[in-house]
Amino acid sequence: MSIFGEVPQAAPVAVFKLTADFREDQNPSKVNLGVGAYRTDEGQPWVLPVVRKVEKMIADDHSLNHEYLPILGLPEFRSSASKIALGEDSPAIKDNRVGAVQCLGGTGALKIGAEFLRRWYNGTDNTKTPIYVSAPTWENHNAVFSNAGFEDIRPYKYWDAGKRGLDLEGFLGDLESAPDHSIFVLHACAHNPTGTDPTQDQWKQIADVMKRKSLFAFFDSAYQGFASGNLDKDAWAVRYFVSQGFELFCAQSFSKNFGLYNERVGNLTVVAKDQDNLNRVLSQMEKIVRITWSNPPSQGARLVAITLNTPELFKLELRKLLKAKNRVIGFKSETKQVEYLVKEKHIYLMASGRINMCGLTTKNIDYVAESIHEAVTTV
Amino acid sequence: MQMNSEFRERQPIGVKNLSVHGHTTWLPLVRKIKQQISTDPTLITEYPHILGIPEFTRRATQLALGKDSPAIVESRVFGIQTVGCTGAVCLGAELLRSCYCSSSSWSGPILLSSPCDDSLAGTFKAAGIEDVQYYRYWDAESNGVCVENMVHDLENAPEQCVVVLFASGHRPTGAELSQEDWKRVAEVMKRQLFAFFLMSAQGLCSGSLEQDAWPVRHCVSLGLELLCAQSFSHNFGLYGERVGHLLCVLKQNLLAVQSQAEKLVQTLWSCPPMEGARVVATVLSNPAHLVDWQESVKAVAERCMLIRERLRERLRLLGGPWQWDHIIKPGGLYCCFGLNTQQVDFLVQKKHIYLLPNGCLNVSAINSRNLDYVAESIHQALIRTKVI
Repeated sequence: MSIFGEVPQAAPVAVFKLTADFREDQNPSKVNLGVGAYRTDEGQPWVLPVVRKVEKMIADDHSLNHEYLPILGLPEFRSSASKIALGEDSPAIKDNRVGAVQCLGGTGALKIGAEFLRRWYNGTDNTKTPIYVSAPTWENHNAVFSNAGFEDIRPYKYWDAGKRGLDLEGFLGDLESAPDHSIFVLHACAHNPTGTDPTQDQWKQIADVMKRKSLFAFFDSAYQGFASGNLDKDAWAVRYFVSQGFELFCAQSFSKNFGLYNERVGNLTVVAKDQDNLNRVLSQMEKIVRITWSNPPSQGARLVAITLNTPELFKLELRKLLKAKNRVIGFKSETKQVEYLVKEKHIYLMASGRINMCGLTTKNIDYVAESIHEAVTTV
Repeated sequence: MQMNSEFRERQPIGVKNLSVHGHTTWLPLVRKIKQQISTDPTLITEYPHILGIPEFTRRATQLALGKDSPAIVESRVFGIQTVGCTGAVCLGAELLRSCYCSSSSWSGPILLSSPCDDSLAGTFKAAGIEDVQYYRYWDAESNGVCVENMVHDLENAPEQCVVVLFASGHRPTGAELSQEDWKRVAEVMKRQLFAFFLMSAQGLCSGSLEQDAWPVRHCVSLGLELLCAQSFSHNFGLYGERVGHLLCVLKQNLLAVQSQAEKLVQTLWSCPPMEGARVVATVLSNPAHLVDWQESVKAVAERCMLIRERLRERLRLLGGPWQWDHIIKPGGLYCCFGLNTQQVDFLVQKKHIYLLPNGCLNVSAINSRNLDYVAESIHQALIRTKVI
């Protein structure tokens, strides 16, 4: 008898299962619109030229070693990553009240932020503090916060299916009715999965309510540079909140905008009221990191740090973002239609209807468009 | 880590840091493979499997259990690539909390060795396993492991208790059990205790990959279910790349447990970092690289043994009533000198020799340039604080 004899089979993680099914599919017309990874027009994953360049530099640099990074991560990476989020001239950075923790991708940044908040946000036991995530949201948000010990995870209205846009009234309503000091997970830009973001004016209204009710802003920034092609524009919401005096967290991922999915490059930017508060927060985060993964991996962070701190390489990166036009858009569809597309037409997309525009190429766009038309009109 | 920042600030002449785990030697083989990887146009940067690179987990499993392990042959084992050994322990702890003993919220008891790394208890507690207890391991009287005490404590442990065992390279003492001792421990484990092995430096302790993994393989041969957290930081010099592996040997229900592990990985790091695991997989799956690597590992192990012998010899020549045979008994990086807090303090403050308060140190940080200084300083520390 095994001591694990009673363990139930968990459902597979949807997005990865989709890709696995797609890989096994032998049909020559198959298309994968499901996963959130950039594709070239040939339908291939793209290793950015600047990434290749810097990888070679790192491999040939004999002064580099494989020593453990500090627990909080590579210092050059952390500071340049935070600058990307908050801007070179951020007054908060100048005031020395911005710090960061290098994490294992965006997931890792959310994890460390969540673990910290559960322990220290509002008193020393926040298991009952409400966490609000958008309806809909990235499928993993719930699991990360729940696993960090939060027991009360609630949706806030976001997507209006009827008018196929932001439900601002519902959003503001949920902000108003939330208990003070609740934590809100906000998508900095390119909302996942709908692709719809509040306008600057709408963000101002959201910030107003959050300030008044002392709601905590936990930004999830996985697509900076991909919403508009411009890093600064995509960071407007985070920067606005900082300018309004919010203390906040921003979980950044460099998976998409550097194509470094598999090196797990993330950064948790922390904005505090002053340096003293910041230092104490970072010291507690260090303790949490120590018992989770001890130190973060160096390869990806080195790559990003070198790129961000070398002007010619940084220009290459910016140009690439402009070209990429990676938007994750949603089209709300019926489950039956999604099933039809997957099973009959071998077009793989998420059950939520999320499609990755980069899965489309000049070769398959007609096939996909026709198939979607069929699904929507006949199923 | 506070130790490291103090060390960096001082920078006096003749300084040495004996508490940093990690000699900075890198393997030429590793650099060669990293260069190959960086110029390989076919390698993609996609999200890897949640559980890691399949070739890596396959090879890491074979390395730990042996290619012909009954568990592998009978498909009763799966492996998960993790973020270093800490990541493997973290994931193992989460898995136990959510799956062990038909409980969805198992909270212990778990038994750790006394002493052990500070962060170990913290990792289990953070995962919700609150009931952390200790079994006696290091015996200050004999400067080694007292297996009688250990077996006694295990025999009196609550049923279904999880026990953390060090396959080789115990942190922080370096002290080891003989194979005969392990057989006794395994017999006790068979009676309703669950083994969670830590194997952080396979190959570096005895110079033999098989010998260092023997305790794990023995338990598997007895039909025990177990977890094993492996690290490739030390034996590949890939500290910064965070290459770890969690091995799960079960009797049944493999796919269900694997699926639960996948769910947990999603909440920790989604999927593990590639670079380091790619290097390890490349080496382990290529016969020529494998031989190259085994030789490097053996060389490191032999160097550590040589340093221990030389240190013992120096200390013996410096005189005094103290015995130093216990330095050469174990292999690998760590050694417990049995120094007390006063003596450690003297070494840090007066001699600029940095080591952890528990008096344990990393022998690989001793070399031909600093051996005399270290030996003399230890001798002085003992003389100055001698109880009359």
